[in-house]
Amino acid sequence: MKPLSVAEMETIAKRVRRHIISMTGRAKSGHPGGSLSAVEIVTTLYFRVLNHNPEKPDWPDRDRFVLSKGHTAPMLYAILAECGYFPIDELATLRQINSRLQGHADRTCTAGVEMSSGSLGQGLSFSIGIALAGRLDAKSYRVYTLLGDGECDEGQIWEAAMASAHFKLDNLVAIVDRNDMQIGGWTRDIMELEPFNSKWQAFGWHTIEVDGHDFSQLTDAYEKAKQIRGQPTVIIAHTVKGKGVSFMENNPHFHGIAPTAEEMELALKELA
Amino acid sequence: MAPDASQREAYGQTLVELGKENRDIVVLDADLRPSTMTQIFAREFPERVFDCGIAEQDMVGIAAGLAASGKIPFASTFAVFVPGRCFDQIRMSIAQPQLNVKLVTTHSGITIGEDGVSHQAIEDLALANSLPGLTIIVPADAVETTQAIRVAAATPGPFYIRLCRPKIPLLYDKNYRFELGKAAVMRQGTQATIMAIGTRVAAAIEAADSLKQEGIDCRVLNMSTLKPLDEAAIIQAAAETGVIVTAEEHLEHGGLGSMVARVLVKHQPVPVEFVAMKDTYAESGSPADLLQKYGLTADDIAQAVRSVLARKK
Repeated sequence: MKPLSVAEMETIAKRVRRHIISMTGRAKSGHPGGSLSAVEIVTTLYFRVLNHNPEKPDWPDRDRFVLSKGHTAPMLYAILAECGYFPIDELATLRQINSRLQGHADRTCTAGVEMSSGSLGQGLSFSIGIALAGRLDAKSYRVYTLLGDGECDEGQIWEAAMASAHFKLDNLVAIVDRNDMQIGGWTRDIMELEPFNSKWQAFGWHTIEVDGHDFSQLTDAYEKAKQIRGQPTVIIAHTVKGKGVSFMENNPHFHGIAPTAEEMELALKELA
Repeated sequence: MAPDASQREAYGQTLVELGKENRDIVVLDADLRPSTMTQIFAREFPERVFDCGIAEQDMVGIAAGLAASGKIPFASTFAVFVPGRCFDQIRMSIAQPQLNVKLVTTHSGITIGEDGVSHQAIEDLALANSLPGLTIIVPADAVETTQAIRVAAATPGPFYIRLCRPKIPLLYDKNYRFELGKAAVMRQGTQATIMAIGTRVAAAIEAADSLKQEGIDCRVLNMSTLKPLDEAAIIQAAAETGVIVTAEEHLEHGGLGSMVARVLVKHQPVPVEFVAMKDTYAESGSPADLLQKYGLTADDIAQAVRSVLARKK
């Protein structure tokens, strides 16, 4: 796909946010908060960075995007639909019986979804496998994995962090959606992650910190990561949970609760 | 019986053969290469071995990613750690997406012996059995191990293959052809059927041969494919011999006994006795002492046959 400008991506991001609100509002369940925080991170990937083809989701040479924080599937579905992986109308079927759009990401039924996730902590390990296979086959594809910050409570993330550096996977980039919140509140109150950047460095990663809602900073970070040799890169993207809807921002209520009909209307008005 | 042979060694050697035939064969281990004998493959193909360290959850996830990218990963450690240490990772990263990962575990059951309860996997088949879409094989000797590993490599989809630690009697010669999903008849018989898996197949044969001296004619079936189970062979055995004994190095619940009983109550209810670990953990000891103390010997199988015959209608 042709790389888009920042202005074009801003337009897409607004549409993606509207999709997230409508999908979860209509389904009366889902996870809007962490979906909204990751919109720019993933929009930049699909419209600026990834080498991919919505007509051929199984193309062996494609760059991979692995959604490890699988509860934010509405964000991924909205972006995949905007890319043309499936019709935008289908977004309305989220979480309904027989829908291809499952409550959490499912690689068995949705074109473009690389991994079945939703049980947190598993995506980085899966991505290591893809990166190792690429190296064995001398392929130039790259692997991008989106982690939640709360997800980093899981021990498996740190097993995988150690292994990624051990295997010197410079074709692997992890992005942490650092919105400082998890289902029960602030990450610092539930389980302190700081010093977060130095943890990743200590595990052998090249680290980059950006404003996770700034398309230019994100684009630069992805480009810089391509230059790093002999080690994986983590982009710690500072974001706001619920970003774009005033009453959802920094509000853990909307981690796993969909907007009511009134809230949906208000939110869509803000995102007009 | 033929001399004893190691299932683990057969596994390592078969991996090397497969590695020569197919460059997509890759091997993962969790710092137990000398024990699981994936080391044999590692010496031949160092670039295709990924030691994940003592991190089974990560190993399972990495294997899934390799499979999603066209590789045929064999991932190994002790049966007590896979699936026990990483059940959810197997469930979400391998079984649900039906990825082509072969989980091959060693040191199963209580015949691992002296290391004791922390290393004795007696629940692994119950866990593996609970996962939709996971094929489960428990080979009865080294020859069947080689065959099962080859079949797994050639058959798309996730497998769990359970091997043991000690050298065990060779029951098959090299002309044997393992058939996925088919019970293998080890002894023909008409009065009772013993269905066994893994190390207990040799014990079942020993029991049948000793019962023959008493005039009791037992059929012995090697049920090496635990899932999908050969329901036709079970129903036929129940119909023709009237009673069943199951034998395994596993808990009575969730393993072979439970799965056979499930088929029987639906299709052909007959009396059954279970030679298995009762609702308990074992302990340190020699394999022979453990088998005796926990009631899994050939004598125990023979006694179970006598008991079940007494219940024959």
